[in-house]
Amino acid sequence: MAEILKDRINQVRRIGEKQEIPQCGRRSTAGSVSQRACVFCGSRVVLYPVADALHLVHGPVGCAAYTWDIRGALSSGPELHRMSFSTDLQEMDVIYGGAGKLEASLLELIRTYQPKAAFVYSTCIAGLIGDDIQAVCRKVSKETGLTVLPVHSEGFKGTKKDGYKAACEALFKLVGTLPPDITHPRRVNLLGEFNIGGETWILKEYFKKMDVQVTATLTGDGRVEDIRRSHCAQLNLVQCSGSMLPLAKMYEKEYGIPYKRVSYFGLEDTAEALYETARFFGGEDLMERTRNLVREETGKVLPALKSYREKLKGRKAAVYVGGGFKAFSLVRALRLLGMGTVLVGTQTGSPEDYEKLRELCDPGTVVVDDTNPVELSAFLSSEKVDLLVGGVKERPIAYKLGIGFCDHNHERKIALAGFEGMLNFAREVYSTVSSPVWRWTARGRRFAP
Amino acid sequence: MNSPNFVSTRNACKLCMPLGAVMVFKGVKGAVPFLHGSQGCATYIRRYVISHFREPLDVAASNFSEESAVFGGRKNLSQGIQNVSLQYLPELIGVASTCLSETMGENLPALLREASTQEGIPPLVGVSTPAYAGTHIEGFHAAIAALVKAFAQKRKRKEKRVGLFPGFVSPADMRYLRELVESFGLEAVVLPDYSETLDGGSWERYENISPGGTTLDEIRSLGSAMATLELGSSLIHSTQTAGAYLSEKFAVHRMSLGWPVGLAETDTLVETLTRISGQPLAKVHRLERGRLVDAYVDSHKVVNGKKAAVFGDADLVAGMAGFLAEIGIQPVLCATGAKGTGLSDTVRSRTADLPGADELKVLEGTDYATLGSELERIKPDLLVGPSKGYFLERSSKIPLLRVGFPIHDRFGAARILHTGYRGTQELLDRIVNLFLEHQQEGSPVGYSYQ
Repeated sequence: MAEILKDRINQVRRIGEKQEIPQCGRRSTAGSVSQRACVFCGSRVVLYPVADALHLVHGPVGCAAYTWDIRGALSSGPELHRMSFSTDLQEMDVIYGGAGKLEASLLELIRTYQPKAAFVYSTCIAGLIGDDIQAVCRKVSKETGLTVLPVHSEGFKGTKKDGYKAACEALFKLVGTLPPDITHPRRVNLLGEFNIGGETWILKEYFKKMDVQVTATLTGDGRVEDIRRSHCAQLNLVQCSGSMLPLAKMYEKEYGIPYKRVSYFGLEDTAEALYETARFFGGEDLMERTRNLVREETGKVLPALKSYREKLKGRKAAVYVGGGFKAFSLVRALRLLGMGTVLVGTQTGSPEDYEKLRELCDPGTVVVDDTNPVELSAFLSSEKVDLLVGGVKERPIAYKLGIGFCDHNHERKIALAGFEGMLNFAREVYSTVSSPVWRWTARGRRFAP
Repeated sequence: MNSPNFVSTRNACKLCMPLGAVMVFKGVKGAVPFLHGSQGCATYIRRYVISHFREPLDVAASNFSEESAVFGGRKNLSQGIQNVSLQYLPELIGVASTCLSETMGENLPALLREASTQEGIPPLVGVSTPAYAGTHIEGFHAAIAALVKAFAQKRKRKEKRVGLFPGFVSPADMRYLRELVESFGLEAVVLPDYSETLDGGSWERYENISPGGTTLDEIRSLGSAMATLELGSSLIHSTQTAGAYLSEKFAVHRMSLGWPVGLAETDTLVETLTRISGQPLAKVHRLERGRLVDAYVDSHKVVNGKKAAVFGDADLVAGMAGFLAEIGIQPVLCATGAKGTGLSDTVRSRTADLPGADELKVLEGTDYATLGSELERIKPDLLVGPSKGYFLERSSKIPLLRVGFPIHDRFGAARILHTGYRGTQELLDRIVNLFLEHQQEGSPVGYSYQ
């Protein structure tokens, strides 16, 4: 059994042994090597794909340097989001204040890059030295005529989830600032879809075939103008609900736009997301188009998936991801590939998420909240896992143990959404699990026939 | 845009101080790096370093909350250290401060003294690394100095023992430099030594702390070394280094040299080693030197007269510029994100013999966006630096030789050798082949013989 810190004992559970779910929503135990980042990270990941906005990090250089071009979020046009801008605060700024530097930075960057809006991220230090970022943003806004939005993302002021919320608040300030376009009869926004490896484009193609207009994607392949008009959508489809649910609720409250929680990962979930949309708008024509689309797209990938399933059947998987919804989809998608999930966890799951995981997973499955490498590596060994699905920080843990790995984080470059994404996922899983290299590792030798 | 003078930093050519400290603590046997501050810093640094080395890197943190930012991080630090001690059974916890804890005015030495009185706690060492006070390189050297100050002891002088502070080099460089020093019959204490911890084998079972690293006893023994070799041109005039401390406190002879890249700088290192050991260069290295000179000759027409832009950490830039000058490639732009590194004097003295030496522009405290506009003006034939220069390569179509840290878009970064005759040989081969490939690709004929 793993060395679980006393403070974390209730954040680890095994389904069936106790009728309860792990404790969650806590701040990370001091000294536990949490895979979580900070509030700033939460804001940065949500806003990052807005490609024609200026993203200026107000703080010392690290926060901006470590998030330079960090994600696989693609843009079909401008790529200003791939630059890393920092006020790069120095010792004197920390003593005398950095507001002047922030103002000068904003002015020169707006002049040089002509963005459509600017986000100014606050960091630990900006918060601590008390720079009035809001006042600077207001001043620069007035001077340049550009919308300059402060993002309250001081690293220590909560968890990554609070960062999501701060980003949603900044985004919502843009919403409704351009006249709506209501020519199309069916209009949706895609929330929590970040165009990793071009996923937004895949989904837009589906909606086009259904004759449903995507008004704005927040924030995949994002454009400021689309977000400004996004209040004219009739429905918000919320993926990665941990990050964007606050925003969906703002739309609902302010504009009366309802939302549905969806996932585009795996065949079942993608189909359900499209059917949900069709049911919302109603009409047999739309439903028929959706059925045809689902039939056609699944038909394209099913034969290949079946052959992967044959080869992967009976293998065991572990899943450690950011939020709950992604975890559900992964468990289902792995099941479709014939693989059981024996270890599942999230960085920021809610009690409802863990309740759902309890229903979804087989008895005996280990469930962990905000785990650390010591626990993770111990469970990967004890549960005899063949595949870990996670992010780059977890990859070496799997590889040192001689276990296959699939990157399901936002740093990946491969599209995993939609029907064709499922095929990419199967290919990824197969290419790692089936590799002959494992036989040279200690684990491979132990399991050799 | 000509030499724009920006207030903001656009695509930084430097990282933060705690990253350097983490690298050093990862190179000590049984050590766990620990950041006193917000957990985001630890996670980002892990992500960044893991992408380069592809090895596990656990960095603990005191995981500050808003409450700790207001009332102080004492409780979190003490609990964090207890938890790391329980989970990892470490031989050392290396604690680096962050922007957050420094700005709050946390008294790290006092907090660590208090924390170390708890039961079951290994030795603790602290280092002050607020990102606004320097770059990852300053953090790196500050952590080495902190370790040496904490542990080096007065013992009977050991004539064969040499302290080797190689700087922020690759694991391959660390292995090579140890081999070179030991080939003179000397006993090398390499600090830090992440040659195995960040470039290790496949494991029998999971190790919470990667095997390898400089032992605490080796660090203790530095007080009785006969000499220290401190590599890095930016350190030569510094009085704050581990070598300076050992010299002052224990009268250990401090020898400051540049990074041994190229013939001249490696010769200087070899002469130094010959002098302190009384032994000549071993045959295997002598033969490597011979092959390198021969390769300089064989390849000279491909490279002579070409122009290069070199960027990254100052010590690497200085070493690379000197090497390029030796083969007739003229560094026209040398740049680093750090300040006060003495880079200008070093590279100017090493390239002064070249015909176009006065064209050289040296930038300190610069960033990649500024470099981009400079490149538009000077249009060199070769870029030399970390993979973050890929944006420049892509927009300018000038080939990039990937060296140093980070290399996030290629495989095998830990095994790139930059130093000594052997490393220079590898660099030369790669440079020559870059040019040949470029030439071949651009040729309407596409000759299959060169």
